[in-house]
Formats: sequence, C-alpha cells, structure tokens
Amino acid sequence: MSGAESVGDGRSDAGGGSRGDGVDRTPVPDADVCVVGAGPAGALVADRLAGEHEVVVLDAGPRFDPDERLARQERAIRPFYDRPDVWGVGGDRDAHENAGERAYPLNHARVKGVGGSTLHWQGMVMRLHEDDFNSGTVRGVGPDWPIDYDDLRPYYAEAERELGVAGGSGVDNPYAPPREEPHPMSAFEPSYSDSLFAEACESLGIDIHSVPNARNSEPYDGRSPCVGYGTCQPVCPSGAKYDATVHVERAEEQGATVIDRANVGTLEHDDEDRVTAAVYATPDGEEHRQEADAFVVAAGGVETPRLFLLSASERYPDGLANGSGHVGEFFMDHLFTGAGGTLDEPTRQNHVGFYTSACDQFYDEADESRAPFKLEFFNYAGPSPVEMALSGEDWGDPLLERLCDGYGNHVAMGGLVEQAPQADSRVTLAEDHTDDHGNPVPRIEWSVDDRALDTIERTNEIQVEILEELGADVEWVAGPDATGPAYHHMGTTRMSDDPDRGVVDADCRAHDLENCWIASSSVFPTSGAMNPTLTIAALALRVADDVDARLAGT
Amino acid sequence: MELTRRDAAAALAAVGATGGVALGVRRAGDGSASGADGAVGDGESGEELPDDGAVREAMAAIATTVYPEAVSGVDAFVDGFLDGRLDGSAHGEGIRAAVAELESTARSWYDAPVAELSVADRDELLRGLGADTAEENPHGTTAERVRYYVVNELLLALYASPTGGELVGIENPQGYAGGAESYARGPP
Repeated sequence: MSGAESVGDGRSDAGGGSRGDGVDRTPVPDADVCVVGAGPAGALVADRLAGEHEVVVLDAGPRFDPDERLARQERAIRPFYDRPDVWGVGGDRDAHENAGERAYPLNHARVKGVGGSTLHWQGMVMRLHEDDFNSGTVRGVGPDWPIDYDDLRPYYAEAERELGVAGGSGVDNPYAPPREEPHPMSAFEPSYSDSLFAEACESLGIDIHSVPNARNSEPYDGRSPCVGYGTCQPVCPSGAKYDATVHVERAEEQGATVIDRANVGTLEHDDEDRVTAAVYATPDGEEHRQEADAFVVAAGGVETPRLFLLSASERYPDGLANGSGHVGEFFMDHLFTGAGGTLDEPTRQNHVGFYTSACDQFYDEADESRAPFKLEFFNYAGPSPVEMALSGEDWGDPLLERLCDGYGNHVAMGGLVEQAPQADSRVTLAEDHTDDHGNPVPRIEWSVDDRALDTIERTNEIQVEILEELGADVEWVAGPDATGPAYHHMGTTRMSDDPDRGVVDADCRAHDLENCWIASSSVFPTSGAMNPTLTIAALALRVADDVDARLAGT
Repeated sequence: MELTRRDAAAALAAVGATGGVALGVRRAGDGSASGADGAVGDGESGEELPDDGAVREAMAAIATTVYPEAVSGVDAFVDGFLDGRLDGSAHGEGIRAAVAELESTARSWYDAPVAELSVADRDELLRGLGADTAEENPHGTTAERVRYYVVNELLLALYASPTGGELVGIENPQGYAGGAESYARGPP
C-alpha cells in the first residue's frame, strides 16, 4: 500500500490495530534476562545474551512494518506531517511536561518502538575522547567517569563492527582517540561542498577530516549500501543506515522473545534488593508480570529514570535504585551550534542526508571555561527543492522559478557543544498528569550552563570565519539564544563508584540492586560533545558481558 | 525536458508504490467497473466517484497546469505514477475522492469536466477552490484535500524524480534513490 495516509500510526491510543491484533504478549516463562526497551542498547544486550540465555525484550512502542518505510519517507517530505508523525510519536502514550528554563521538545527527540530512536537518528558514531572520561580531573568540570577510555576501547571496536561503521580509521583525523584497527568500512567520499570548505579551512589553518557514519558505504552485514534517498533523518528506506532492528532480528533468530506494545509501568522487587518482575500493560488492557533472574533497563535517558521513579515502594519510597537521590538528575543534551549562508556558485546540497567532513581540532582544548565541541560541514544546507515545492501559492513556471532561486548555493556548518551536568536539570514525575496507562508522565526541567553558552559563541566565531573565508554571505547564526538540543538524552542515572554520588556502578549495575543494570546514555556522568550512540552501544555490550558473568556465577 | 518512464518509476519508488514493474501497462479490468460516463457509485453519499481512468485523465490535465512548461511527456508520467498510487490504499481512495470534488466543481462552474478545460480555466478552478493558498491536509477542507491529494501529489511526483530535480539543478533529489555518488561530484 502506498501513500503517507496508508501508514499505521503505532500509538497505543490511535485505535486501529492496537487491540486484538492476535499477537501473544504474555510473559515468557523461566526467563533469564528481561530487557526493557528495544532501542540500540536493549537490542545489543539481547543479541549478545540470546544465544546462551532465555531473553525477553519489552518495548512500549510498536513493531514497525519495514514495507512502510517509503510511506514514512513521504511523511518526512510532505509539509502536513510534523517530525513526530513519521514514526507515530505523541498522544497520551508519550505525554510529558516541560518546566525548565528551556522547553525540551521530547517527542521530536525520540521514537518509541522496536528499533527505538535509531529509526530516526542521523547515524553519527564517534568515540568519546580520552579526556571525556576524566572531565573532573582534566577540565575541572563534573565528575570523572569510573571507567576510562581504555576500559571501553575494545567495546568501541566491537560496537563499530556490530553497527557497521564507515570511517577514516583515524588516518586522516589526528584528533581522534587511539585505535588499533580500521573502521569496518571505508569512509564516505567527501562531498563537493566539503572540497570548498577544505580550501577555506586550509587558508585558515583549520583541519578538516572524515567522520564515522553508521551507514553502509558498501554492502555490509547483508544490508544495502547507501542509495541516496536523502532523508536519513528521520527515515532510511534502504536500510543502509544502521538501526536497532538489525540486532532485534538477530536476537529473535537466536530465540529471544520481543514483545511490542508492552508498556512497563513498574519494576517489582523482593526484600533482598533483587528485581523480581517487570509489570507491563498490553493493548488489550491486560497487565502482565515478566519475571527474570536479571533485568536490563534500556529505555533511554527520559523513560529510564521515569521507570525507576514509578517503581517507588515502601522499601524504596524515593524510587527504585535511588538511594543516591540522583535518579532523574543531571539531564544533559548536546547543544547545537551552527551558521550558514550562500555562495555565488553551486554547492550541490541535499543529494544525501548525512555529512562527510568534520573538524575535531578544538575538542581537546576544553577546560573549566571552555566546553569540548566539534564542528560539522553540512551536505544538506538550505532547502530541499521537493519540500519547497509543496509549500507556496504558486505552481507551473513561477514555482520552478522560485525553486531555482531558492536552491543551489547554500552552505552551512553545524556543531555540538557539551553541557555540564547540573542537578537541577532533571527528569521527575508530573504531579497531576498521567499517560494512557494512568502513570505520571515525565516532567522535564532542562537548563544549560554558562560554559556551554560561552562555548557556543566561540564556535560561532570559527564557523563565521570559515564561511567568510569561503566567500559566503552569512545569513544565519545559531548562537546561545537560538541553540537547541541534539536529541541526545544523557546523565539521568549517572555512573559512579560511590553509591552516594551515582545510580549505577562502573559495570552499569544499580548500586542498590543485585540484578538490575542500565544500558543507556543515562549513565553518562558527563557527555563530551560526540554523538552518544557508539558509546551507548559499547556500554551495552559491556553490560551484556557483566550480566552473562553474573548469571554464570549464580 | 522530457519526463520518462524512469522518472515515473523513480517517483513511485520514492513514495513506496509498487506499480513500477507494470509501468505504463494498465491493469486487466481497469475501468471495467465504470459506467458509460467513467464513474462508479460511491455507495454512501449517492454521489459518483470517478473510476481509475477518469482519475488518471483529470490528474494528467491538472498536471499540465501545475507543471512547468519545460516538461513534456506529462500524460505518460502521471499515468505511470498513478499505476502505483491507485492501489486500493487509503491514500489512493483519497486521491479519487479529491478528484471527484474537483470534477464536481468543474462541472458546476464550467459545465465541463476538468480534462476539457483550458489550462487557464484549470488554473482558475484550482485557485477558485483555494488550493493555491491552502496548506495540504488529507483530512481538511476541500481546498486542503485538493492541495494534498491533487496539487501536491503531482508536485511530489515531479520534483522527487530525476528529471524534475534536474529542472532545479539537482539530479538526485530527496526521495529519489539516486545513489551515493552525485553528492561528491562538482557542478556539471
């Protein structure tokens, strides 16, 4: 069936298909491991453990039909649909409150369902830098992580193989952290506009290099190479961009059970600090208890703390795993910084939806007053002609004239800046607002520190300098006032060796619980300025090893 | 610039339709349910909905108005595109219903079907309905649905195709799987 109006919505309150769809959503008997969340972290944990253990994965959202991806792409292009409409985010299931100094557009920033937010992600997969793990000591900001780059290094390499990363293997990027082995695939060629930027950067003494993409530059793992649909974010119809359905399917092939539309409302525990069951609701209105020996919560940086807070009990009145009081605190995202304009020559934008060159040169200059940041050279500056064509009061020749005037000469740079962890930037439970299952919705108070805002100004200076060297007429600058989140939810169940200072230990196991791990960017004590998913994946693989070892030892 | 079957196939592929293989080949029985005037009963409102042949004819006629003069081969392109869209889906039926409203208005205002109107009259028809200023909405007013299912449907098909893109200077427009090489090439 074709057409943007032929797509199943997927929301639990959307009617059709959500009830009586014939799917068995009853608990799995004798499960060893219960994973909450079928995004990249949950999928990788499930895949790694499914060969040896009985694994069940519960996800609040639906299983999306792969045949509907082109119709979702049409939703991404057509002006009627907002970003959350592409993957059916929103409604009572996904209700939330904003109460911070900056509004956080949560439902633009996530996808619920099998595959999670990798369904709509951009697919950038950098490793954090060594200093990111020691921010407190080296930069004087935030705590150090209880693990070092070297602890994660083999897992980074493995995560790159699992996701399928096309990258420059560090050869052309002297600022990347050390690695022994090349990326699994060669990097994408630089774009035509990259070549224009490279010239300008060279005259300014600024380095430009390739970027690692979780996107196939050649056939990999049975998936297609990129075919250039140009809508990577929010949907890759070809499957060239990695998404977590890859590992969900692999886990299922090994015998794991994945239950969609299974909204976990609470985790139950016994008197010995063990989680005993995940209590979940299904679309038929039934409530089920999934018991298991080990639990891995992999529900992202907002729903993960929410679940622990919702699981408050007499024994744990402030929420499960919350002896530190830090569950939900230190909510962080990366801040977007950017600038753009036009040249008096063609720049060949919007052929693809990903970028191919970046600059990490300034990253490790970070200190107490300057946050780490990275710069990106866009291949999708300015409008996409087909999107332009669908909005306007013209057609025929006048429309074509408008498209030709509007497309062709744009250039733009982006970048990400670290924000420091702050306890009052946080996720709590709303007092009198509940979701479709009667559970309090997440309440987000997002604030950004001055160091991050000052750093955005510095990045803007560099971006404008490069654009001017390029000869561009600079038309916009996204500075401290115009910045927004990059949709990376981090910090809300931070990792620490000290049970008073963190929610999970260095193995990502909850300090307060014997058999519960968190696989998510919510464990990041500080965020660095690199896109988080490769680190999420590496930590997830490490969590799976720890779960496996502890199950073997019991 | 000539719109080709490749363009129609590309436009179809961009929106997930499956008609590409049968491009240009009418399905067996297409139109066989139609009455003498190319219409089938609606069953609900008592009004008649156009059959596939009538939808194709009206859409091709509107295309000559909303497409730039520089393109040729419009009839075959629209026909090919609709092979994949009139597939019994909710979307396909939305197109049919919007065309029905357009036809009904054309007969009321001009006493003639859309396909028999001049290019200028078709332009006037669309603007008179408000489809120029309306924002597309598949569940909205007549103007918003005509914008969604007729005007934007046709513009999406054109500008997500390689020939449509080339008119603007992009041979691999968004929505078209034009490969991962063109972005690295300089201007022609």
